[in-house]
Amino acid sequence: MDMSRCTACGACAEKCPTKVPNEFNFGLDERKAIYKDYAQGIPSVYTIDPNACRVMQGQKCGVCAKVCQAKAIDYEQQPSEVELNVAAVIVSTGYELFDATQISEYGYGRLANVISSLEMERLLSAGGPTKGHLTRPSTIRGEARLKEISKLIKKAEKSEDPNDMTRLLEEQKRLEEQIHKYHTAKKLGFIQCVGSRDFRFHKYCSSYCCMHSIKEAIIAREHEPETESYIFYMDLRTVGKGFEEYKLRGARVSGLKYIRGRVAEILQDDDLNPIVYYEDTEQRRVVSMTLDMVILANACSAPKGIGKVAELLGLELEENNFVKTHPNTPLDTNVPGIFTCGCAQGPLDIPESVAQASSAAARAAETVMTGGRALAV
Amino acid sequence: MKDEAKSNDVRVGVFICDCGSNIAGYLQMKELVDYAKNLPNVVFVQESLYTCSEGGINGIKEAIPREDLNRVVVASCTPRTHEPLFMSACEEAGLNPYLFEMANIRDQCSWVHMREGEKGTERAKGQIAMAVSKAAKLRPLNRIQLSLFHRAVVIGGGISGMSAAMALGNMGYEVDLIEKQDKLGGLLNGLNMILPANEPPSNLVNDLADRLKSNPNVTIHTKSEVKKVEGYVGNYAVALSEDSRETQVQAGIIIVAIGGRVFKPEGLFGYDGKKVVTLLELEEMLRGRRVPDAKKVVMIQCVGSRCEERTYCSRICCMTAVKNSILLKEANPDISVTILYRDMQMYGVENEDMFRRSKEMGVRYVTYDPDRPPKVEPGQVTVYHLRMGKQINVPADLVVLSTPLVAQEDAGDISTMLKVPVNENGFFLEGHVKLKPLDFATDGVYLCGNARFPSTIREAVAQGLGAASRAAGVLSKEALFTSGIVADISPETCCGCLGCLKVCPYGAINYLDEQGVCEVNKVLCKGCGGCAATCPSGSARLDGFSNEQIYAQIEQALAG
Repeated sequence: MDMSRCTACGACAEKCPTKVPNEFNFGLDERKAIYKDYAQGIPSVYTIDPNACRVMQGQKCGVCAKVCQAKAIDYEQQPSEVELNVAAVIVSTGYELFDATQISEYGYGRLANVISSLEMERLLSAGGPTKGHLTRPSTIRGEARLKEISKLIKKAEKSEDPNDMTRLLEEQKRLEEQIHKYHTAKKLGFIQCVGSRDFRFHKYCSSYCCMHSIKEAIIAREHEPETESYIFYMDLRTVGKGFEEYKLRGARVSGLKYIRGRVAEILQDDDLNPIVYYEDTEQRRVVSMTLDMVILANACSAPKGIGKVAELLGLELEENNFVKTHPNTPLDTNVPGIFTCGCAQGPLDIPESVAQASSAAARAAETVMTGGRALAV
Repeated sequence: MKDEAKSNDVRVGVFICDCGSNIAGYLQMKELVDYAKNLPNVVFVQESLYTCSEGGINGIKEAIPREDLNRVVVASCTPRTHEPLFMSACEEAGLNPYLFEMANIRDQCSWVHMREGEKGTERAKGQIAMAVSKAAKLRPLNRIQLSLFHRAVVIGGGISGMSAAMALGNMGYEVDLIEKQDKLGGLLNGLNMILPANEPPSNLVNDLADRLKSNPNVTIHTKSEVKKVEGYVGNYAVALSEDSRETQVQAGIIIVAIGGRVFKPEGLFGYDGKKVVTLLELEEMLRGRRVPDAKKVVMIQCVGSRCEERTYCSRICCMTAVKNSILLKEANPDISVTILYRDMQMYGVENEDMFRRSKEMGVRYVTYDPDRPPKVEPGQVTVYHLRMGKQINVPADLVVLSTPLVAQEDAGDISTMLKVPVNENGFFLEGHVKLKPLDFATDGVYLCGNARFPSTIREAVAQGLGAASRAAGVLSKEALFTSGIVADISPETCCGCLGCLKVCPYGAINYLDEQGVCEVNKVLCKGCGGCAATCPSGSARLDGFSNEQIYAQIEQALAG
């Protein structure tokens, strides 16, 4: 794709015949082989997935090149290396969502209606796979499977294999019932500290998850007034400006229930409803609750590739693989002229990240403008 | 009459964009072109595949002199992304850029009416006709060039203000750093040790103060207070009283770093400053090596915060309490420390580490219920233990109350002088809670540190540097320009009702006492039009969106 020509008109994606699971929406819907992650992405240009594009896989197609009036499609484009001469470098490589499949007792990846915080963000997003409606993932996948089944039934009709047919019709009936019965998720459980404050994984607190769970619960309720949300927490860390007030509003206006207790295990019933088992420490009893959907507050993990970046730049990392900084010089790494900000140096919420980004820019500007003399803060 | 004559000379060029197939795929472009050609004052119409492409832009630039155009209308996508590009094309061709109008026939027409191309085409005609009607009424507007002092004033010499001044000084801007006390350092001067840096705060303060003193760009004013601020972005005059002398400094920008102060819990939990003290008083005791002979210390969190009067969580008291519990335990492992808390706010990596370390050292944590608060009694504290579900007695010979940081006493005065807002708790209110944490809505003023909200040292340093960075965005310019689209208030008809002043979010309207009328500061005005819509006498108007221009559009819409 020639970035300077693409006007992001979208004609290419409309006509592209190849559909693949959309990883930006965690496979909850599909995208084309030529695509944009989301409407507001920057730079606003389309990109070709070389693993899915028919032309790049040696097959016949070329539809996108034909419809592109800006002549921006280039199947021959190669990765290029660019050399830049710079006086300062800012490492803002961010974080990665903690992989919750490691916590087998929560059943993430195994239980249909247990999802990650980011999957919840996509479900709640007006630009997401359900346009903001809280459809249960089991229903989304069930509907996709139903489409497949109707095709398979047509095939089976031709092959006249009675066994196949019976099996398909049974599955179709079961799925239809299930989808009909539990379409929208209205009783939600949010589990905090998934992978954080946990000696097996990350000892640290991920800082922002209490607030995003409260936010997601409030938005779910704004979308569907019958929504009930339960937040299972250890400490509700509402430390930012206006955060405590937001938490109180969640309870007062949106009816959120905050339950102090760590969830021990999640199972599911025959209707794919998750059942959480937990200790309610304020009631001092071990109880269970059946929910429509469970949202995990996945920890903020250092990105897997950070080791390579660190090696390349000679950066020191701390024990959790965040870029090491000193509390008095929060943007400076061990290498003079290389600065860091955002979740690369540890978990941060948006306001603190934005503030740090400006400060890293200030450190870089000082370095450039003093010819390096200002490197010691 | 003169205006009449002028409007007869109006020569409008209309440029219609296909946007690839985004517009042309749904609307009848040829029909639009023919329709536009027959509109009053239109002398030239051009359709292009992409008006925003180099070819399209050149088309506009060439047509202006060739066709003697004095108004340009582009019918295409959204002004949000493309207006600046088309305006600068006009300017480059020698046309005042405000003699340009846009009709959004993509987002507001072809995209919406994809399945009804015919009706969509009719609608796009209406949009183009409205734009042409307005274009005929457009007047050239000017961007005013302003002088700009390439200097900064930082109010407050605590850690965030010092960091901001240091950064700006290093970037080559002259800085006046204004501190009320007789030395720099602010709240840090009252602390004993800082963790996890594990050093006395004086190391950090003295190092930074020394480097500020030796930086030729930085002038430190101690024992100084801001008395009066006049001006606007680029041109501030700040009157100071320095050691009781009156002086004045000039600056292009101002950074608010006035910090916060510790809430005194008078009348709460038997506070007496001796056996029942605040966290800060404990720090002072420890710093003076006057380690209390106490053997049983109880700390109570959220004293005066997360309550009805002060709903906010003060962010840093939990970690300060944990830090002191560790220091007490290190000094004497036999001391018992119990922390009565609601939620331990030990967010992040370092805090959680510290929290765990304190538990390993034997610090005891008890959750209390704010509806059944602890009672401080002679020799003990009784508390309802929320996890055990019963009342317990904790022996205590020293009780430490963790009280929040509250707004500085003069926050209100500074807010009035700079015309920037504070929130319900007296902390300065940033331009956008998430995306502009260090800016105000008003250009030229920035905030950082505890003046914004309680912060750790790490956060205060980062915010100070960040505010400097935001300020450098202004200071690094050679000159400032106002936008042409600004409001104006006619002094002849203004009745001085202050309606406009109250709705202006940018502090751009002043009331002139002597004349009894309001006046727009065109430098601060962002052209939102709030004043024009509010003014009961029609005295406030927004250039580029005058009543005459908007009525021309409405009349055209209704005529079609």
